[in-house]
Amino acid sequence: MLKDYVQPKTVDGVLASLRQGNARIIAGGTDLMLDMKAGKTEVEKLVDINCVDSLKKIEIVDGSIIIGAAVTHQEVATSKLIQEKAPVLAKACRTVGSLQIRNTGTMVGNVINAQPAADAAVALIALGAVAEIFDENGISYLPVEELYLGVGQSKIDSSKQLVTSIKFPSLQSGQGSAFVRLAQRGALALPMLNVSVVVTLSGDKVDWLRLVMAPVAPKPVRATEAEKMIQGKQVNEETIIATANAVASQANPRDSALRGSGEYRKSVLQTLVKRGLIEAFAEAQK
Amino acid sequence: MAKTVLKMILNGKPVERLVSFDDTLLDALREDLGLTGTKKGCGKGECGACTIIMNGKAVNSCIVPALQAMDAAVETIEGIGTVEKLHPLQETFVDYGAIQCGFCTPGMIMSAKALLDKNVVPSREEIKEAIAGNVCRCTGYLKIEEAIMAAAEMMQSQQGK
Repeated sequence: MLKDYVQPKTVDGVLASLRQGNARIIAGGTDLMLDMKAGKTEVEKLVDINCVDSLKKIEIVDGSIIIGAAVTHQEVATSKLIQEKAPVLAKACRTVGSLQIRNTGTMVGNVINAQPAADAAVALIALGAVAEIFDENGISYLPVEELYLGVGQSKIDSSKQLVTSIKFPSLQSGQGSAFVRLAQRGALALPMLNVSVVVTLSGDKVDWLRLVMAPVAPKPVRATEAEKMIQGKQVNEETIIATANAVASQANPRDSALRGSGEYRKSVLQTLVKRGLIEAFAEAQK
Repeated sequence: MAKTVLKMILNGKPVERLVSFDDTLLDALREDLGLTGTKKGCGKGECGACTIIMNGKAVNSCIVPALQAMDAAVETIEGIGTVEKLHPLQETFVDYGAIQCGFCTPGMIMSAKALLDKNVVPSREEIKEAIAGNVCRCTGYLKIEEAIMAAAEMMQSQQGK
């Protein structure tokens, strides 16, 4: 049973509070509150990070965008900086839940909650994002891609560790990105599929591509085969079709009552990838 | 059970109440403060019936910890108009028949108010996005959207825009 709720003002205060009792971090609480009510998470003390000013920032430092742990989905989605320098992430955050959920749920919480198709996490992996982690041993860094252990399981232990921010390189000219999502409704709907693309062109050829798809496995999946295959190829329809086929051949979506049959999703994935590539190429060529 | 004092500005007035650490803001409003205009629907943040405005933003009070409202400005349906002088949204919801059973209405109006407080000339798309987290199971959303459009126009003329 919950016996205490504290709201420290500093990162050190958060870590100190975590050391006493069976404590756990809460940010937006949109998932944690439900898990606690359902008895899935037993805690005695919640350590609320929303009063730590340093965790509320979205900033750009030496070409890297840094988003703090207390920044909400809506703040990311409506940030001019993110819309210009990482549109894939602004779009992903905009699709989460509803406005009420986006106003409270945080982007970093979305990553740590480790759902297989967490929209923000899928976009962040495409951006090559890295998490900054504080614990009693000091600071460490891990790519968002490596934070997933399994469905709903993160390497981050929120009873001991605090992810203070997530950082990634801002997109430059010659780079483009896209976020494509299929869901049963326009709001309050889990993704049946989502795809994030970040591409770098040199001239009319593909320098490199990062393409992340979900939920086709317990965690977001990099389409590594397609990423290799597309390197150095001309930007044209043939390349787009070949890449979409390569992506689909690496995906193995399950049959799901909620998300549709595996066969259907594998087929529609190709279309989503094509749309994503067309959008990202167009943005890169602007 | 362990309790602590929650202080907030509720509908413009400072209030203090003892709440449990695991209370949601909805529990505090309905059970501790007796403000039952805010409804409990799904209790999971999926229906929007519990929508209130906290520091200018629409949130699902059923999944916000009560103590997250510490020192916050909280607005509920009880605070936005009086029987003598309804809020424009309350007036147009009645005029346009945007209410059937009424259970979603307080949340719907609070979502709409959060939008109109910031943007008194919203597009239809902006209205749809603002109420996408509010589910009405009686009817469609057409009359609700029309009522919000009409309230926006009323507020524009009140503000001389």
